[in-house]
Amino acid sequence: MRKFGDLTEADITPKSVYLNRRQILRAMGLAGVAIAGGKVFSRFAFPPAAVQAGTKLDVSIKSPYSTTEKINTFEDVTHYNNFYEFGTDKSDPAKNAQKFRTVPWTVSVEGEVKKPAKYSMDDILKLAPLEERIYRHRCVEGWSIVVPWIGYSLNTILKLAEPTEKAKFVAFQSYYDRGQMPWAEHSGIELPYVEGLRIDEAMHPLTLLCVGMYGESLPNQDGAPVRMVIPWKYGFKSIKSIVKIRCVKGMPPTTWNMYAPNEYGFYSNVNPNVDHPRWSQATERRLGEFLRRKTLMFNGYDQVASLYTGMDLRKNY
Amino acid sequence: MRESLRRLLLSKWSKAAVFLLALTPFVYYAWRAYLGALTANPVEYTQHFTGDWTLRFLLITLAITPLRKILALPDLIRFRRMLGLFAFFYVCLHFLTYLWPDQDFNLAGMWKDVAKRPFITVGFLGFVLLIPLALTSTKGWIRRLGGKRWQALHRLIYVSALCGVIHYYWLVKSDHRLPLLYGAILAVLLLYRLGNSLLKPRPAISVSSADLPTSLHT
Repeated sequence: MRKFGDLTEADITPKSVYLNRRQILRAMGLAGVAIAGGKVFSRFAFPPAAVQAGTKLDVSIKSPYSTTEKINTFEDVTHYNNFYEFGTDKSDPAKNAQKFRTVPWTVSVEGEVKKPAKYSMDDILKLAPLEERIYRHRCVEGWSIVVPWIGYSLNTILKLAEPTEKAKFVAFQSYYDRGQMPWAEHSGIELPYVEGLRIDEAMHPLTLLCVGMYGESLPNQDGAPVRMVIPWKYGFKSIKSIVKIRCVKGMPPTTWNMYAPNEYGFYSNVNPNVDHPRWSQATERRLGEFLRRKTLMFNGYDQVASLYTGMDLRKNY
Repeated sequence: MRESLRRLLLSKWSKAAVFLLALTPFVYYAWRAYLGALTANPVEYTQHFTGDWTLRFLLITLAITPLRKILALPDLIRFRRMLGLFAFFYVCLHFLTYLWPDQDFNLAGMWKDVAKRPFITVGFLGFVLLIPLALTSTKGWIRRLGGKRWQALHRLIYVSALCGVIHYYWLVKSDHRLPLLYGAILAVLLLYRLGNSLLKPRPAISVSSADLPTSLHT
């Protein structure tokens, strides 16, 4: 993937210099020209150091976990996003996340592990062969999509870290920078976004560490450069733009649960029999369809049912 | 200046102009639909679009009386019924986008939903309350009911608008700025009326007759 070794944008052109350049262009009244030429210009001036949104990924494995259902269009999946750091309207992230800087990027794997490590995106892309996994994705709001994600099971990276006996849960944290995400002020939720899984959920092969979709690296608005995809849980569990993966002893706090504990539980498994207090979860609208369709238990991923035997899923919603 | 404004408001084209203006959102929607530009979730877009415009027209309708008094432009009353009926037009579309794509015209399912979900209940109530107002919006019905009773009935719009704001507030997940904005505007419009009736305790008849369409004064 790398084309210029470990160089980052900052190594090639100091930030102050290129910001200055832009200011001068604007001052000269050439803003229009700069914007028009910007895409071409920036390709030469700031080549991708590791991976940027829209970079082709080498996918060698088609996963047996994939559904054969009709895939939603790339347009739909990139223009209908809940990513509150970039605005609360679903059309906001596509506009507001464009300038989000994802290079360089570091993911720290830490906590109750024998071998904590910090990974660059290059490291993450090389840890295991990339797989394409076509998953159903069901939002707690009652809509769903089918997406060809790219990545590998989270357990790959967790096994390398060797969780200790004490590691009962895994806590995730998103990148957060008010400077890059001024829209977050109106999100209503506490940020940085945090999520969590029980260790057995995190180790389940369906649980995907996702670096791309539709054959390319992740677009910014879909959680670049690396996110989780947990297909049997409501979408908000699949945390975006991850910077920290921490093995912990106790159940970690999770963003939407903190905001409204009676509405969003820690588990948040897709469950047509347990309604959200304000709306039914029995049906969903698959984007591209007019009428609603029935929602399936665990979003149709029955193989995870054994993780919850003996648990009251009404209480542990 | 005021005279020319009055003449403009009273001209025979003014109603047509307001009608076309009030229809603009619908034309805009139809144009986007024609272009296939109703976002990745056209049903949701339509529901939000028609819901938004229902609330906006309810607030515009409720703003007529204060504006008449504050701007001393009593002729604005000419447009109130039409604006109220546009609110009803948009709420009918809004209700249809619920009954059809959400409920597939399954009335039993709809009733279950209405009874169980507070945000649906309150939205449905807001819609139902507007039906008698739309039905009795004609001159004939004003005559039949009598001005006072007609006006009392039409105060239901206050409740309906309040239902609409609550419906919206309960729908959103965490960013409550817009429903709160609508709520604030509604509060101002209702408090204005409250203040007016407290400050000027005149006989009910004279207050109400000022609020009635000009056609009634003859």
